[in-house]
Amino acid sequence: MFFKLDIRHAQAGPLDLFKNFLFVLPAVAIFAVFYIYPFFELFHLSLHEWQGIGPRTFVGLRNFQELAVDRVWWSAVGHAGYITLIALTFQNALAFGLALACDRAIRMKRFYTLVFFIPPVLSEVIVGILWNWILNGGMQDGRPVGLLNHFLVQIGLPNMVHHWLSDPGTALTCVAVVHAWKGFGWGFVLFLAGLQTIDRQLYEVAKVDGAGSWRSFWNVTLPMMVPVIMLVVILTILGSMQVFVLILSLINQGLVYHTEVPVTRILSSMTVTNQFGYACAQAVVFGAILVSVSFALRALSNRMRQA
Amino acid sequence: MLFDKYTINRVLKNVLVQVFLMAVAAACLFPVLWMVRSSFMTNATIFVDPSLIPRELHPGNYAVAWTRGNFGMYFLNSILYTASVVMGIVLVSSLAAFAFSRLRFPGRDFLFYMFVAAMMIPLPGSFVPTFVLMNKLHLVNTRLGYILCMISVGLSLSIFLLKTFFDKMPADLEDAARIDGCNRLQIWWHVALPLAAPALAVIVIYNSLNVWNEYILATLLLSDNALMPLQRGLMVFNGAYQVDYPVLMAGLTMTAVPIIIVYIIMQKHIVKGLSSGAVGGLYDSA
Repeated sequence: MFFKLDIRHAQAGPLDLFKNFLFVLPAVAIFAVFYIYPFFELFHLSLHEWQGIGPRTFVGLRNFQELAVDRVWWSAVGHAGYITLIALTFQNALAFGLALACDRAIRMKRFYTLVFFIPPVLSEVIVGILWNWILNGGMQDGRPVGLLNHFLVQIGLPNMVHHWLSDPGTALTCVAVVHAWKGFGWGFVLFLAGLQTIDRQLYEVAKVDGAGSWRSFWNVTLPMMVPVIMLVVILTILGSMQVFVLILSLINQGLVYHTEVPVTRILSSMTVTNQFGYACAQAVVFGAILVSVSFALRALSNRMRQA
Repeated sequence: MLFDKYTINRVLKNVLVQVFLMAVAAACLFPVLWMVRSSFMTNATIFVDPSLIPRELHPGNYAVAWTRGNFGMYFLNSILYTASVVMGIVLVSSLAAFAFSRLRFPGRDFLFYMFVAAMMIPLPGSFVPTFVLMNKLHLVNTRLGYILCMISVGLSLSIFLLKTFFDKMPADLEDAARIDGCNRLQIWWHVALPLAAPALAVIVIYNSLNVWNEYILATLLLSDNALMPLQRGLMVFNGAYQVDYPVLMAGLTMTAVPIIIVYIIMQKHIVKGLSSGAVGGLYDSA
């Protein structure tokens, strides 16, 4: 025992401490340059007016004042909120239902768990381009290009044919649906893992107490799943609020007002109008919103766990 | 006896559950199968022949995509980026995690919590200052710049996962190695890394998918066609001219199929890797 301690304490001189530090040096150096510096640069730039090149002008909080009354920005936040709401309700309900179905002894369970996670491993670019074709509203030689419209004609509903992605009335919902298609596998995997940790004896006890399947779901499954549900809720909110590559690839004709979300706004402030300062102010505000939402939910989830 | 009420009820329930699961599975698979099927058709047949398995296969689309669509170049770039970023991350993060878990030096806890904090704070739009920085360093439109950025993206989580793993490693092994005359670096290489293989697998998979599927930094940092990875190339091809669907679908298939094959082979690792990636710091605090 003492011998062991001796060995470990043998390396305690200043030179040794320095040699130990060398192990983390590459990580710390990369992190400092490519994370810490941009992190502070973000706040710094948000107080300036700058076109990406040339001189920077310090403007104080003016970018933030402008942002506060920027209608396009706040409607973009609303759009992300709408996508998130659909993800929280329909997508997660679907994921939970599928997880419940796969939690029992059922045939082809492995096949389903394999298939449901294929959309999440595909990139947003692939998913966006594929669904752009499916939802395409164009015509070629009198035939609809999009698969959905093609299908509608085939089953005799030609008046349902629609410009799904360019009509402001349907475009955002299409984005939300495709996002849900790509994302429900996540919830499914996490819910299923949570369900499988529930002690089967609890169900037996509930059965003995005369609980039917509905009651045992309500009184055993749901309470036991609260931590996992909170986790999925937080991940869904953070993921859905920040969606944007999917929108870029799904809405092919560039950024369009009715499908703008905060991150596409940041991107166009930067690349289209060259307002780097404004882009950073948007990023700071949106980051602050996300951080406060996620910390509030985390605090709530901790309290629920203790209760 | 065989057809009592309960049995019928149960069979009926199972059938309904199967129909539900089947419908969702079909919805997942259909776009992917349609993509593969369309990559083997011609512009003349692609909108006319509605069958899922085409009567005539035209593998020529792949040749066109590989050469004229530049997908060969994009493909090799993607492989290069993925391999070098993942190797970089494994090396840098395992050294750091080993030190955070096993060695003593001033500021150790502070530095570690800095990485953890970075993992937990969402930074939307961080691509703006990253681009500004790369511009200053003259690393825009270079392979090195993109690789370094992607290494830093995956670093925090990898360090966190490996550190938690090293913490569980028995100290006896390390002591034995030390008695045998191993120095710190040799212990890291001969003892810690081989033992951490399961955690390393998770890190390799998580980061490979991340780099392979990455789009936005590749777009902002790389403007030269010859440097672009697949995701960026797909968007260039998609936006360039009248969409040539069969060739586009061949490009998509080339991008998606390697990922799907790896996923089918290593399903458990991937699901574990991606969920620990997503869950990351959340579990730590909760």
